[in-house]
Amino acid sequence: MQIVDRRLNPKSKSLGNRQRFLRRAKAEIKEAVREAVKSRKVADLASGEDVKISSKSLREPTFSLDSKSGSRDFVLPGNSDFVVGDAIPKPPPGGGRGSKGSKDGSGEDDFVFSLTREEFLDIFFEDLKLPNLVKAKLKNVKSKELTRAGFSSDGPPSKLNHVRTMRNSLARRIALHRPSLKTLEALEAEIATAEAETPPDEERLAELRARHKRTLYLRKTVAYLDPLDLKFNRHERRPKPSTQAVMFCLMDVSASMTERLKDLAKRFFMLLNIFLQRHYREVQVVFIRHTNVAAEVDEETFFSGRETGGTVISTALVEMQRVINERYPVSDWNIYAAQASDGHNFSDDMDECLDILQMNLLSQCQYFAYIEVGSSDEGPYPPSEVWEGYEELIGQHSNFAMRRVSEAGDIYPVFRNLFSDEKKPA
Amino acid sequence: MQTTGKTATSKPLFESADWTFDLVNKAYDACAEIGLGELGLDIYPNVIEVITSEQMLDAYASIGLPRMYRHWSFGKQFVRDELHYRKGSRALAYELVINSDPCINYIMEENSMTMHTLVLAHAAMGHNHFFKNNYLFQEWTRADAILDYLDFAKTYVSRCEEKHGVNAVEQVLDAAHALMNQGISRYPGANKHVSLARERERALARHLYEEQSFNDLWRTVPKPQQDVADGEEGDKPTAPPPQAHLPEDNLLYFLEKTAPKLDDWERELLRIVRNLATYFYPQRQTKVMNEGCATWTHFYIMNRLYDKGLLSEGSMLEFLHSHSSVTMQPAWSDRRFSGMNPYALGFAIMRDIERMANEPTDEDKEWCPDVAGCGDAVGALKRVWAEYRDDSFILQYMSPKVMRDFRLFGIHDESQHPHVFVSSIHDERGYRRVRKALSEQYCVSTSDPDLQIIDADLQGSRRLVVSHNVRNGVLLDRANCERTLYHLARLWGYRVKLIEVDNETGKILKEHENLRMP
Repeated sequence: MQIVDRRLNPKSKSLGNRQRFLRRAKAEIKEAVREAVKSRKVADLASGEDVKISSKSLREPTFSLDSKSGSRDFVLPGNSDFVVGDAIPKPPPGGGRGSKGSKDGSGEDDFVFSLTREEFLDIFFEDLKLPNLVKAKLKNVKSKELTRAGFSSDGPPSKLNHVRTMRNSLARRIALHRPSLKTLEALEAEIATAEAETPPDEERLAELRARHKRTLYLRKTVAYLDPLDLKFNRHERRPKPSTQAVMFCLMDVSASMTERLKDLAKRFFMLLNIFLQRHYREVQVVFIRHTNVAAEVDEETFFSGRETGGTVISTALVEMQRVINERYPVSDWNIYAAQASDGHNFSDDMDECLDILQMNLLSQCQYFAYIEVGSSDEGPYPPSEVWEGYEELIGQHSNFAMRRVSEAGDIYPVFRNLFSDEKKPA
Repeated sequence: MQTTGKTATSKPLFESADWTFDLVNKAYDACAEIGLGELGLDIYPNVIEVITSEQMLDAYASIGLPRMYRHWSFGKQFVRDELHYRKGSRALAYELVINSDPCINYIMEENSMTMHTLVLAHAAMGHNHFFKNNYLFQEWTRADAILDYLDFAKTYVSRCEEKHGVNAVEQVLDAAHALMNQGISRYPGANKHVSLARERERALARHLYEEQSFNDLWRTVPKPQQDVADGEEGDKPTAPPPQAHLPEDNLLYFLEKTAPKLDDWERELLRIVRNLATYFYPQRQTKVMNEGCATWTHFYIMNRLYDKGLLSEGSMLEFLHSHSSVTMQPAWSDRRFSGMNPYALGFAIMRDIERMANEPTDEDKEWCPDVAGCGDAVGALKRVWAEYRDDSFILQYMSPKVMRDFRLFGIHDESQHPHVFVSSIHDERGYRRVRKALSEQYCVSTSDPDLQIIDADLQGSRRLVVSHNVRNGVLLDRANCERTLYHLARLWGYRVKLIEVDNETGKILKEHENLRMP
């Protein structure tokens, strides 16, 4: 008997199976993830999830017998008061017969399992990408990364590639007929036996000695390892694109923005934040709220604080410009901005907003998204001032987009729509 | 069990629940002393592997085999088990044992020392003896070669995935899995008994030959017009198989040898699935006996350990608690009922054989004359374990006492009738009928549909005809049948027809067809 401790063996041996399984059920899982997102709270948006999918593509059919045809006999335990000939009504269909443990009962059932956070986000953000990601300016790159770049025939000894080197050496030795140590030893043994013979066969001995000499000569001239054989691993320094981004959240907090509208905006900001985190190593978030004055605040105040006053959007844009100039030079940072508002603004202010956007901000931002939140029960609302004003930016600037959101369930589709691979004109 | 009174002379092997390798070793030796010494069991050498619960889930997912090729269905199994386990709705088995030589036993690290002892007695002694001695396992499986073969299968499948793509391999495996139960040559003559080790060598040799003899130049040589008998064995068979080979009930074998459109690697995959199906065939036929044997053995060993004073009272109580929950049989009306519990039934019959051997009643002498009063319970049990499978075992050894204890009763069910009828109960008139019905319930060849290939036209339409031999009017489940037929047609490459023929009247009851356009 032998005891083996396997506990330290690599875990999750079935990872490969799991991946194959996810791939198989992809379409259904995607649908389930979308459903799950609708009902989720913002805070746990990025945690794993139990998803429920229909097992349609996961069927494993076999030839099995139909329990609803023909006749059968079976035996049950625990008879309490039956005698031969008793009739027992069958349970109504669908109730599951209490008799035979259903072998094939798992046919159309829903299939529940849980996704990890990574898998969830992967599917969640699948085929979304950051617009204008290419714009990340390479000339300002400070860091370089060492990457593999094939092999070279010279280099420091520490980078010697043994496999390649020995492969070359072997090929060369075979090609040049370098005698192996074994051959040499065999030859020497043969000479020894020939010498031991009495009388020694001089002719053969001479021939053997000549061969021995030749072998030694060959072994000396054809090197075991020639400088020609040496191969080294080569590395190159490649510029690494800057991977930091800053995200500006701009929101109107005047009295007309109700808690519900704020919550909608918040969800959108959260999504954007998670999304950016998947693409950049470092994502900073700047919260700017405004009424008729704007200020940079922390997250807590941003979402919960109350302010009263009118609405002047341009103040927020000016504040954003100030923060950019102060802390986030365009050359080092990828700048994203999302603005949420209910669409109210002082009508005089629109021209100034457009000015700031067109002159400065839009050329500095990778992407500027405007989300207009409104309640659906107000019916199809007329275009708001902000919406009308911003409309002229569409078409002129490819990195500007705007959408309307009226329900929590809309957030995700709108978000997808904004960042989906094939961009539709807004 | 004849408890000979407590002759406690020695100290208990362990007092606390914590286990160490040293203790497991000692416990194994103590179990072996009783199992091999007193019972005279005949076992393969044991390998005990300690694993974590996570690894146990992994092992579950690959049908208990330590090495298995990759397929999404194992992943599906895994995520399902994992969820159940995490939510606490299902506990993991204490042990997992593999029919191999050496016999691999998994034990889980979080179990107590008592449970480890129980597992050693149950699996390393009981199951192991059964695997080595039962005639089905001897005839159908090669314990010494299975691990190597699994290794081969795993690498072969992953190499195919690299070469032909995950999707292509998945399609073949899906189809092969669907036909797995039809991949067994059931008749002793048909079972060529090719050892898995040789099987693997043959496969390797085939591919090595192909690779060595590959010369791209041959591609450019124009094909001769007429057939030249150049002895190329591995080529696709184009000649129809001699009609004598039909009907064939091993669908996978037939496809592997005859399907016109499959590549060599696809045939090899079918072969792998077929070999695994054959490996599992004995286990499907001996659930009750296998568990009965292992449960009886652990019950005997644990009691003897206690008698010898090697188990403390606390451990004994822990064991009895777990033993009785494993061998519990809920009544049919109970909410927990989910069919007959093979542990309960197997254990009850084994204990009954022991009782009959030592204290037979007149009834026993009438029902089981060969065992009743023979006095040598262990010898009788060992003979039973070696020579029977579930259906023959129940038919032969389930005594009226067991039927009374379980209060078994037979039900007759006509599908078109709104009621089911009690056809027999545990009384003088009913014993034989109940026993026969239960035996048939455990007979794999009647619970699996009886399918045969009866015609394959290799010259003209290339249509494959499969017939289902309908017993008692029980047809195939329609939806499942159509889906499986689709897989069958995919492997065959052309149209496939399935007819359901009543085995008494010969009338065709139903036809299914899957059109697969070339």
